[in-house]
Amino acid sequence: MTSIQKPPVRHPSLQQNALGLTKRDYEGAMSTLCAGCGHDSVTAALVQAFWELDVPPHRAAKLSGIGCSSKTTAYFMKQSHGFNAVHGRMPAVATGANAANKNLVYIGISGDGDSLSIGLGQFCHAIRRNVNLLYVLENNGVYGLTKGQFSASADIGSKSKGGEANVQPPIDPVLLALTLGATFVARSFSGDKAQLVPILKAGLRHQGFGLIDIISPCVTFNDHEASTKSYRFTRQHQTEMTAVDFVPLRREITADSETDGAGTVSVTMHDNTVVRLRKVAEDYNPTDRDAAYAHIRAMQQKKEIATGLLYIDSSGNDMHAVNRTVDRPLVEIPFAELCPGSNALDSLMEEFR
Amino acid sequence: MSSINDFAFKIATVNGTGSASANSLLMQAIFRMGIPVSGKNVFPSNIQGLPTWYEIRVSKHGYTARPSEMDLVVALNPETYAKDVAAVRPGGYLLYDSSWPLNDALRREGITILGVPFGTMCVEAFEGDRARTLMRNIAYAGALAALLKIDMDLVGSMLNEKFAKKRALLDSNFKAIKLGYDYAMAHFDCPLSFHLDRMDATSDWILLDGNSACGLGAVFAGATVGAWYPITPSTSLMEAFKEYAERYRVDKATGQRKYCLIQAEDELAAAGMVLGAGWAGARAFTSTAGPGISLMSEFVGLGYYAEIPGVFVDVQRTGPSTGMPTRTQQGDLLSIAYLSHGDTKHIALFPANPEECFYLMVQAFDLAERFQSPVFVVTDLDIGMNDWMCRRLKWDDSYRPDRGKVLGPAELAEVKKFARYADTGGGIPARTLPGVHPKGAYFTRGSGHTSQATYTEDSDEYREVMDRLARKLATAADAVPEPEIDAQDGAALGIISIGGCHAAVREALQQLRAEGIAADYMRIRGFPFGKSVGAFLAQHRRCFVVEQNRDAQLRSLLAIETGTSPEKMIPVLDYGGLPLAAGYVVSEISRQLRLLQQQSVASGELTGAYVGGAMRGVE
Repeated sequence: MTSIQKPPVRHPSLQQNALGLTKRDYEGAMSTLCAGCGHDSVTAALVQAFWELDVPPHRAAKLSGIGCSSKTTAYFMKQSHGFNAVHGRMPAVATGANAANKNLVYIGISGDGDSLSIGLGQFCHAIRRNVNLLYVLENNGVYGLTKGQFSASADIGSKSKGGEANVQPPIDPVLLALTLGATFVARSFSGDKAQLVPILKAGLRHQGFGLIDIISPCVTFNDHEASTKSYRFTRQHQTEMTAVDFVPLRREITADSETDGAGTVSVTMHDNTVVRLRKVAEDYNPTDRDAAYAHIRAMQQKKEIATGLLYIDSSGNDMHAVNRTVDRPLVEIPFAELCPGSNALDSLMEEFR
Repeated sequence: MSSINDFAFKIATVNGTGSASANSLLMQAIFRMGIPVSGKNVFPSNIQGLPTWYEIRVSKHGYTARPSEMDLVVALNPETYAKDVAAVRPGGYLLYDSSWPLNDALRREGITILGVPFGTMCVEAFEGDRARTLMRNIAYAGALAALLKIDMDLVGSMLNEKFAKKRALLDSNFKAIKLGYDYAMAHFDCPLSFHLDRMDATSDWILLDGNSACGLGAVFAGATVGAWYPITPSTSLMEAFKEYAERYRVDKATGQRKYCLIQAEDELAAAGMVLGAGWAGARAFTSTAGPGISLMSEFVGLGYYAEIPGVFVDVQRTGPSTGMPTRTQQGDLLSIAYLSHGDTKHIALFPANPEECFYLMVQAFDLAERFQSPVFVVTDLDIGMNDWMCRRLKWDDSYRPDRGKVLGPAELAEVKKFARYADTGGGIPARTLPGVHPKGAYFTRGSGHTSQATYTEDSDEYREVMDRLARKLATAADAVPEPEIDAQDGAALGIISIGGCHAAVREALQQLRAEGIAADYMRIRGFPFGKSVGAFLAQHRRCFVVEQNRDAQLRSLLAIETGTSPEKMIPVLDYGGLPLAAGYVVSEISRQLRLLQQQSVASGELTGAYVGGAMRGVE
């Protein structure tokens, strides 16, 4: 069984959001992942982020591929449509769904096997198309459901539970996304909810493809001494580049009232919400793609993991802007507007003579 | 042999040298003279340099299948001289470029060889290598106009239409045509014994290719999402959709599009996009060919099991593997019927010509939504890429899309608990679209699921859904288009065919009947097979199954699905990659009938027993 129903217990004093919903209304089925799995922490952060953003659950669509990470779409927002696609192919399904109905909030959950091996092509092309989707990559460097094979994100020298060392170089989704022109690139850690929730919120509001690579340790197969995707290693080696303050519309502080200081970058999102980034690393610029790439790469050489919202460009055109699709979602256009009708066909026939 | 409006000719040239426009000009001119005509482009998988042929058949009877023999061949490609001269029927004509001495390969007894110095004339009349090459390939149209009596005024007005805004091109094209025409008129006894004479048999007709018809059908059916990966011979289908969508679906005021066309990274993704869009409530489709079908098999299985609508057009080409990309075949029938691993079965529609492509495309969207499943429209390169004479397409403005059982907000408000995969009649469940109502939410998955759309590994719960899916496909068998049946009184012999074979089989049937062989005919139009398919098989003692693949795939499907003994169904197979010709069907059926007769004599049965006395005219 991949999900267990939760008992419908409600605490009367639970805090409500603007829709009058409590966090319980954003939860899903009981997780069947291993106790302590990083993915469950990500799920909790997603519940928090959606609740804080006042997203009506039925207006969100959750999509995933196959694997431990992809199971988690069942563990939050049970009032949202969910789609567990085939292995590595969530981006295509999300792209098609978004093409049909652009007004839903799309969240895609994937893992390192799903995104960086079997689904690498789709991952890249969803970025190129700038599909309006928050893409959460729960990255643990290992195949869990098939019991411990290295994934494409495993670092050279990182050891399996049995002691075997990985010999192939890793694919880093953050660097890859930057080279492909991604407009929102972040890295976080499942063990750092304070950092993760504001990034998720900013990513959900980003108009276009948002990637959040989340180091999310596998407690069963990849949380040991010699692993570079363990809780301990990640805590010891992560360095926060930027800290995100997400300023939603209703509590918006205008740019006039609070000027950005030397250590702050404000980015106005498509819907006029503001993401304020406090630069923890003074020399880091999250709006300069090439500099961000070089910085992250240099840190990797020193075995440091750069986290935070690493790159943002809110001016990019998403798939529909490029396509020049009408403002209404395609699914809402009445048939009469779609079918040219008999007169049009009759006159068209003259062209075939 | 003198035959007016009943002959065939072909033109052999080099790909990429401009002959395509001359060929379509010739065909269109004959069509506008009111004479039934069809054209088959036999082209290479190449941009420039390889051999290409264009075959034009003129038939006052309206036969459109590929001709069995050529009355005239225009040989302009030295690489294929031997093949081309051999293609001329005894007593026929060969037209060659006499700028050079007659090549030995072109010499043949029993045919008339006509030389026109196209090259020399064009070198004298035009400047530059490219123009000379292109104009040489227009000039032959002029010679043919003289030989076959094509109305030159008509040719002139067609060039005027085509080059209305390009005066220089108009002049040079007309000049080239005149060169060929005048030379032929001056040197040959024009017209030849077989030639054209104005008729009035095409005024209600159009020239249309199946890919354009499918693209147009998708626009009229209200499809809003198209996802595809370019592949011969289906590419022009999405290009047609794009062309008509740009014409009919762009908001005049804002320039915004009421459609989204996505060129995917591969066919895997294209199929996923179709399902994603179908899941979200759009009418979505893709077009591909065999190699794409193989890649799409993963998602098609998901579409079947998770019950998501989508239309998949397969413009079949010659397989296996990459095969011959620019040749036609019906080699995907078996793979489409049961595409993907596990127990699956798919709804498929088989148009026989571009006209039917248009209507079946619309029906495919209705069936996909009613049955919440992938639906295939299966054509082939011959239907898809060649211009066919079709009746003018008509649209019924009272048409409304069949969206199937979709629960809206009002219905969902009433529902106690929505069960996505429960039977609501005929094995069909009700579905909901994302974003509509909180009570409509469910989890879509390709893993084992219950009627409540929850995950399961329980045998009974799994079987409940699988058994319902089988019932649903059984219901679909009664909803797909009925076969077209042409029955003679009491014929014991049946002929069964499918898709693009229809034109040739229909013509063959007339010939067989003229020879005294009574046979009934059934053309399959939908899968799963409805009851009338099994009934036809049961009613006939022997059936010939005519199809274009090596392994008799339609025959296998008929045996599997109807339980008919394969012994009873005799395969007639044509799988060389060219459109089917009636002559082959007639000779193959006649040959097999003789064999059967010999066998029945040898085994002591009464002569003609197998074919129920329908052997008159056959030894």
